[in-house]
Amino acid sequence: MTPAEPPPATAPPAPKAPSTTATTSRGPDTRPAAARPRPRRAVTTLLALVLTGLLALGVLVSASNGAFAIPPGDIIDSIAHRLGLGGAPVEGTGESVLWNIRFPRVVLGLLVGACLACAGTLMQGTFGNPLAEPGIIGVSSGAAVGAVAAIAFGLTFAGNWTIALCAFIAGLATVSVVYLLSRSGGKTEVVTLVLTGVAVNGLAGALIGLFIFYADNAEITTITFWQLGSLSQATWPKIFAVAPLAALGLLAAPRYARRLDLLALGERPARHLGVDVERLRLHLIVIVALLTGAAVAVSGVIGFIGLVVPHLLRMAAGPGHRALLPLSTMGGAAVIVWADLAARTAAAPAEIPLGILTALVGSPFFFWLLRRTRRRQGGWA
Amino acid sequence: MPLDRSKSTAARRRRAAGPGPVPARPASLADAAVALGGKEVLRGVDLEVRAGEVLSLVGPNGAGKSTLLAALSGDLPTAAGEALLWDRPVGEWSALEAARRRAVLPQAHRVSFPFTVRDVVGMGRAPWAGTGRSGEDEDRIAGALALTESDGFADRPFTSLSGGEQARVMLARVVAQDAGLVLFDEPTAALDLRHQEMVGRLCRGLAAEGRAVVIVLHDLDLAAAYSDRCALLAEGRIEACGPPAEVLAAERLGRVYRQPVTVEADAATGLPRVTPVRTVRDSGPRSGLLDISHG
Repeated sequence: MTPAEPPPATAPPAPKAPSTTATTSRGPDTRPAAARPRPRRAVTTLLALVLTGLLALGVLVSASNGAFAIPPGDIIDSIAHRLGLGGAPVEGTGESVLWNIRFPRVVLGLLVGACLACAGTLMQGTFGNPLAEPGIIGVSSGAAVGAVAAIAFGLTFAGNWTIALCAFIAGLATVSVVYLLSRSGGKTEVVTLVLTGVAVNGLAGALIGLFIFYADNAEITTITFWQLGSLSQATWPKIFAVAPLAALGLLAAPRYARRLDLLALGERPARHLGVDVERLRLHLIVIVALLTGAAVAVSGVIGFIGLVVPHLLRMAAGPGHRALLPLSTMGGAAVIVWADLAARTAAAPAEIPLGILTALVGSPFFFWLLRRTRRRQGGWA
Repeated sequence: MPLDRSKSTAARRRRAAGPGPVPARPASLADAAVALGGKEVLRGVDLEVRAGEVLSLVGPNGAGKSTLLAALSGDLPTAAGEALLWDRPVGEWSALEAARRRAVLPQAHRVSFPFTVRDVVGMGRAPWAGTGRSGEDEDRIAGALALTESDGFADRPFTSLSGGEQARVMLARVVAQDAGLVLFDEPTAALDLRHQEMVGRLCRGLAAEGRAVVIVLHDLDLAAAYSDRCALLAEGRIEACGPPAEVLAAERLGRVYRQPVTVEADAATGLPRVTPVRTVRDSGPRSGLLDISHG
């Protein structure tokens, strides 16, 4: 080892020669790697097509089914008519049922599903933890506190947007608190996260109970029904009330995909790779609050969508967020549309609240995921 | 004022254009102190990192090796003194600007989701996204995989690999980052004999390309074999810094590690070889805890 010669230094690393020559003791660089095809890209495309199909079919079937059946062909005609592409309105009351009851409900379902699944994906990436989900860690109930407060106290300071705004603000406060409380040393233990969720859900439940205590009968009915999670109150004005929040969150999310990938390495390594982690975290928290607030304000607490959908898609398409975020958003929308169809037709003419249905399916999934995570980590510390 | 402005514009343009060539002294610490939890774990450290050179950091547990690396990388702020990266205090660079200049291999490896090995190594290219250098991505990734002998499992999920394999993949990620200053924190800890030597050769290769390499090592023989200079740390200070043959003296090592050693020149290479003085088996102090003679 020659001690420090005057540094040859200033030569920049030769661009096209990835230092193999200097040190490798292996044979010529055959690079089987770069030549290999990437099956994941094909899987992603296929999934996108399948989800688009499921989504379109779901919209059509959901709009067609109900107490008043409307043939899918008439629906397409009616849409074409409204778009000025020929076609004709549905006969009789059908047109009104379709445009004032079915479509608002379907569109709201798409919006809520997309928001919840996208928020779940973002949260899992932010916490580096597959169990993070707005419902489980209490962000949904936090947002619900804001919405219930708005209903119970008859707040109208922002007109039509009041409930959504209150849900967003309360959701933002909750997600920040959960984040601060469940992190230590740059990472989030699963146990801490889930237990923080238990505590936050408990507190939110108490606050909602308190507001119900002060509310009058009519408000109590609204709150209770809404709390179970349902799309049955869907109207166009409600959709317009939350659409800006949802759109803002959904459009902003994909911009963070690459940085979320890097965050999987941990905070410090992500910073070493050029990510301004503090700012990223702040932005992601605001986006999660936007999405969760938008969904909760109009549909109450619908759990597990943000857990199940990203998880299944991650298994199929890989963990890269550039594919996962859009796929989850579509997947969430598709799942809600079909789930809502089931919720309102399975026990017709009665209607199972959607939140109860998703919890029935989602909870066992959560059990399974919890056990698997525990097995992988060799038990909680 | 006009002078100032033109100067800062020039500086900004220079930075925007990328890190430029590696300066002769890519990083340095001057009278640096670092405090952790109120305790000063590093004090009065002067250290110059030179391009084209491998600098090894050795010393007993808790001597401050990782802390020194963290001060160089900008992870920990200096409580006193100065840490420079290129020509500026390391804390003044944005995360992205710093990432285009220095790469860091931390001690612990964790990947939250089952990214493939190739994905993980590709993350090392993130600082160059959107620049002219992103065209090299595929070559750099393939080169780094080959260099660390990780190409055999490039398409497997990182989370399914053994500890040693994971360590090599992380090494590949750092190599792929293509930074002028490369900081390794105990890269050989999980590696077998062959791959420890591979790391040594890799460091030489990086230095030969004009980069500066700083590597924390516990194996003094590795440090002796592959570094141009060796800094021995003890209790938050640099005890000695210079060519390994000078720094790794038996008397000094015995005192710093509180473990007597002998240092001989290796018959084949002439490099210093450090061997702990081992007491004869069974004659060590008995704890009494395992004594079963009392029945």
